[in-house]
Amino acid sequence: MKLVSPGAFAKNIVASVQEYSLLSGRAIGNLFTNPRYIADTFTQMDSIGVGSLPIVVLTGFFTGCVLALQAAVSLKEFGAINMTGKLVALSMVKELGPVLTGLMVSGRNASGMASELGSMKVTEQIDAMRALGTDPIRKLVTPRLVATVFMLFFLTIISDACGTGGGALVAVVLLRLNGPAFFHTAYMSLVGGDVVEGLVKPLFSGFIIATIGCYYGLRTTGGTQGVGKATTQAVVASSVLIILVDFLVTQLMIGIFGR
Amino acid sequence: MTLPTPDLQVAAQPSIEMPPGAAIVEFKDVSIGFEQNHVLKNISFRVERGETRIILGPAGGGKSTLLKLANGLLKPDSGEIWIFGKPLSGMSEREIFELRAHIGMVFQESALFDSLTVEDNVAYRLHEERVPEAEAHDRVVEALRFVELEKAITKFPPELSGGMRRRVSIARAIISKPDLILYDSPTGGLDPITSTTIIELVVKQRDVSNTTSLLITHRLQDAFTLATHRFSQSTGHMEPIPDGKLDPGTKFLVLNEGKIVFDGTTHELTHTQDPWLRAYLE
Ligand SMILES: Nc1ncnc2c1ncn2[C@@H]1O[C@H](COP(=O)(O)OP(=O)(O)OP(=O)(O)O)[C@@H](O)[C@H]1O
Ligand SMILES: [Mg+2]
Repeated sequence: MKLVSPGAFAKNIVASVQEYSLLSGRAIGNLFTNPRYIADTFTQMDSIGVGSLPIVVLTGFFTGCVLALQAAVSLKEFGAINMTGKLVALSMVKELGPVLTGLMVSGRNASGMASELGSMKVTEQIDAMRALGTDPIRKLVTPRLVATVFMLFFLTIISDACGTGGGALVAVVLLRLNGPAFFHTAYMSLVGGDVVEGLVKPLFSGFIIATIGCYYGLRTTGGTQGVGKATTQAVVASSVLIILVDFLVTQLMIGIFGR
Repeated sequence: MTLPTPDLQVAAQPSIEMPPGAAIVEFKDVSIGFEQNHVLKNISFRVERGETRIILGPAGGGKSTLLKLANGLLKPDSGEIWIFGKPLSGMSEREIFELRAHIGMVFQESALFDSLTVEDNVAYRLHEERVPEAEAHDRVVEALRFVELEKAITKFPPELSGGMRRRVSIARAIISKPDLILYDSPTGGLDPITSTTIIELVVKQRDVSNTTSLLITHRLQDAFTLATHRFSQSTGHMEPIPDGKLDPGTKFLVLNEGKIVFDGTTHELTHTQDPWLRAYLE
């Protein structure tokens, strides 16, 4: 491993953050000017949204199941096993739905974007695109950004629903709890603030997945090996950022809604 | 063998506005380096309208870098690059994109879009310009006929051989009838027969459309074929220029270790006294 001086290291980080911010800024700025690549956006929505549906449904469902099982054990000690529905719904909607969906889609799509754009970069397809008069940020990054933010929002809702459904199934079948009561406590426990919190998070995660995936893809150097490296870095960086931003948004929401 | 269609024969009177007396490409004291190592040092040269400028030099001499600079894909560390009589340094990103509409580029490794068919690759620029589908298709067929690859229209680039990819890449570069074509090693890594086919295409494009071009090659043989042959409309093939004459528009630029070691005509190159050049040409 090559050692670098702390000064050079810090400079590198600042330069990367600056480059990343510029890329994100331009990707957003492109939304407001022509030309727009609507067809590319729909293609991406299909690949990100529809393509991620199976894993999102499965993770959401089994997370809900596991939550119900675990919650029941603890709640029983306090004689509050009827609160299982409340716990499952709150955890899913506020926290686990958004975060797990974000992580799943990050693993699937941030890596996909980084490797696709990375291969295009190392085979000079990005340069060719520029030589043909197309801005690669406009053509490649903006459609992915729009598609990811839009689709992740709905994927999160689906995940929340599957999770609550999975929890209910476990509660009724394994824990012998009352089904309608489960849904009633679940429904009553959710207030506006919880739902808003749960729905704001995927907007941030979607932004992170698309911009980080594209950023690492577009700065790929060093042939196929570089593509592999870019892919790994994109998944690591976007996953960590998703969890970090989740913490910040939660903090902010507690400040606003008081819970 | 089909004759070039009339549409491609329109003499290239640059459709872009240029100040009188301006060169198509002009480098003024251009230098560029990557991470402290200097790739091009104080490069200056002019390419006039209608000229075919052949760039020769050992591998790693900065030839591809020079071509990317001419297209604004890279920015020089110092010096000025003028394209069609306008300085690249004074242009916004948007203006450079507009300028590139007049420049065709063939990349060293073809750089076709893997996810698009040959048709969509060649039509890429037309689709960007929102040319109606029917017209775009006709022009793609015409361009592919020019490179004799009509059969491959529905294929994807990974299904093609290296030589076919190079030809598709040429078709993609010429479809918009550019005022300047940049060929980066169009014959690199190909067998002699395929190389000759590609050089014939370049000669055809030069003599039929009079397009100004910069062409990098590693094969001296290709360079001299370009200088000594012309395209015959009647036979549809290239033929040697009679009496051993040379094509007056074909000139040479030789780069070595980032410096220009030769800039002049074919005659001057073949009669050079420079020992390094003589050794290189052997
Ligand atoms: N993006 C880049 N980053 C770092 N170094 C680069 C980059 N592009 C080119 N170089 C370096 O610049 C030098 C010239 O490269 P260039 O591709 O222009 O050579 P070339 O003359 O086209 O060679 P060849 O004949 O093999 O194609 C090489 O030493 C190369 O390592
Ligand atoms: Mg090269």
